[in-house]
Amino acid sequence: MKLKPEDLDRISQRMKATTILREGAGRVKITVHMGTCGIASGARDILSSFLKHIEETDAKDIIITTSGCAGLCSHEPMATVELKDEPPVKYIDLSVDKVARIFDEHVMGGQIVKEFALAIGSERIS
Amino acid sequence: MPRYRMNLMICTGTGCVSNGAFRIKEALEGELKKQNLQDEIQVVTTGCNGFCANGPIVVVQPDGIFYQMLTEEVIPYLVEEHFLKGRPVQKLMYTPPEKEAPVPKMKDIGFFGKQRLIALANRGIIDPEKIDEYIARDGYRALAKALTQMTPEDIIEEIKRSGLRGRGGAGFPTGRKWEICKDQPGDEKYVICNADEGDPGAFMDRSIVESDPHAVLEGMLIGARAIGARQGFVYIRNEYPLALNRLLIAIEQAKEYGLLGDDILGSGFSFTLTVARGAGAFVCGEETSLINSLMGLTPQPRVKPPYPAQSGYNGKPTNINNVETWANVPRIINYGADWFSGIGTETSKGTKVFSLVGKVNNTGLVEVPMGITLREIIYDIGGGIPDGKKFKAVQTGGPSGGCIPESLIDIQVDYESLNQAGCIMGSGGMIVMDETTCMVEVARYFLAFTQEESCGKCVPCRIGTKRMLERLNNICEGRGKEGDIEFLEEMSYSIKDSALCQLGQTAPNPVLTTIRYFKDEYIAHIEEKKCPSGVCKALIRYEIIPENCVGCHACFKVCPSEAITGEAKEVHLIHQDKCIKCGMCRSTCRFDAIAVV
Repeated sequence: MKLKPEDLDRISQRMKATTILREGAGRVKITVHMGTCGIASGARDILSSFLKHIEETDAKDIIITTSGCAGLCSHEPMATVELKDEPPVKYIDLSVDKVARIFDEHVMGGQIVKEFALAIGSERIS
Repeated sequence: MPRYRMNLMICTGTGCVSNGAFRIKEALEGELKKQNLQDEIQVVTTGCNGFCANGPIVVVQPDGIFYQMLTEEVIPYLVEEHFLKGRPVQKLMYTPPEKEAPVPKMKDIGFFGKQRLIALANRGIIDPEKIDEYIARDGYRALAKALTQMTPEDIIEEIKRSGLRGRGGAGFPTGRKWEICKDQPGDEKYVICNADEGDPGAFMDRSIVESDPHAVLEGMLIGARAIGARQGFVYIRNEYPLALNRLLIAIEQAKEYGLLGDDILGSGFSFTLTVARGAGAFVCGEETSLINSLMGLTPQPRVKPPYPAQSGYNGKPTNINNVETWANVPRIINYGADWFSGIGTETSKGTKVFSLVGKVNNTGLVEVPMGITLREIIYDIGGGIPDGKKFKAVQTGGPSGGCIPESLIDIQVDYESLNQAGCIMGSGGMIVMDETTCMVEVARYFLAFTQEESCGKCVPCRIGTKRMLERLNNICEGRGKEGDIEFLEEMSYSIKDSALCQLGQTAPNPVLTTIRYFKDEYIAHIEEKKCPSGVCKALIRYEIIPENCVGCHACFKVCPSEAITGEAKEVHLIHQDKCIKCGMCRSTCRFDAIAVV
């Protein structure tokens, strides 16, 4: 296939999810806490559920990552949602249904789902 | 295409490949499958990451976690802990010397912190065998801009204003070179990429081709458009199989997308590119030799002028630039001459890629802004000298360059400052030497290299370097005479003045700079018949220090020539008639009981 100049944009758009992942700089970063406590209480399903939503909406500017125990084992599974230039928000006691709302309202819509949120802020990963 | 949440960027530059990177890749993929993560986590092969000393290397994105010195055995643990459970594995991270805490993120490691990537902007971020990944990082945008929005004059003006100078070593202004070629009469013109990198210890160009081959192609396309060439060549040495392979893949992919061939991007501009393999003759790095070799002639240089820009391949105007120069071109067109000329010094703009090797902790590939000091490169990026040894000199420019002593370690890295020190920028080899390096031997080594690589066409290079090498051999072997230093200097200046090409003209540089900065070492060799660094075998003896020897018998066991005698728990003795001076005893002794005298 012979390219035209505008095809370069098309290819970049198609590759955007990869580029953002590699540069570690998406519009949204979702961290699922996958400590032993998190895994035991279903963090794996939470992660898969976020991934499924991302795939369905074909959003290319979201990166999803995992981290260890956040220190609040009784409230697992937990996830942190961080919009670019905004402080991170920690969600607790998650379920697949809650993930659906968080994804629609916060990740895509920019509105924090206050009723599921623990606090604004995040532990430092060092 | 599955949506991955994590990319494992595994370095597959030549260094890491020889450390088993492809086996690590297989192990990773196998283990990810076992944990059912293969649709979430992708393993990506990239070009040289740069931190070659610590390979094999994997960088985990999006978090930028840096893992080093990986082995197949640790992969199951790594996959389970980090990629499944989200707990980065500290013991596989980099810990700076004399520090206790590991540094998890690549960007926080000193080696990477001071680098500025332009020619290597895509290293470790894209898979060099996938053109889409290059395009996703603004690839071929500069070409589209050059073809649709710029005239050839505009392109040349932009390159001229950027201040880009040839990265092959001589530092001729690139835009000016293009202009001369463009202004020649006739419509049959050529562009060539010189990828015949042959300096000992240098691997910048290889790494650029390995990690981002499309950047080189795009640069050449833009250059060809500017000067009006329809055909080009990449002259690459056949000893670079990985670079060659990635280059051929890149060319195939570019052809498929119509980025090479007729009517590129629908602009009417056409260009074909051919790869020519060199057989590893150092002289072919010289442009007229290279062109002769391309044309099937004996690879010997010829008198200039006429320059290749006037009469090159097939006697037609030809523009030849080095790999790194070409790789800079797309970035300049994309981001503008002002951006590029904002980096660097008054006369040397942009960045320079160096292969940092020798007696330095972090050997590898680094790209730094012009104007950085040698000290910053060696200590901040290179992590200093290993084993607590003292820094002695740094050699830049390979066999054409010179040695810079410790007193000048704070000079800026730019074309002029290095020239003033008797050195050259060169193509970017940087060899660090510590106190155990003999500077006379270094000069002898480099001269032996150029002597052997001399094509033999002109007398000064063919015979002059031979006579110099004989004297240096004499000095290193204890037959040095009064007057040798003066002879070497006189020969050096006449060869510099009279040799036909740069190979000969620069061959005396290592000798001249070592005489200039380390004359005392020459005098010690010649007058006292001593090698102060303990390197030249004819001038040194290994001896047991009786006070320190505990009679542990370890040296006795390792000596390959049965030159050591002594009973257990008694002081041992080295028999000089049998000793071959291999130094095995000294490196084995745990009591500092063996001295070089």
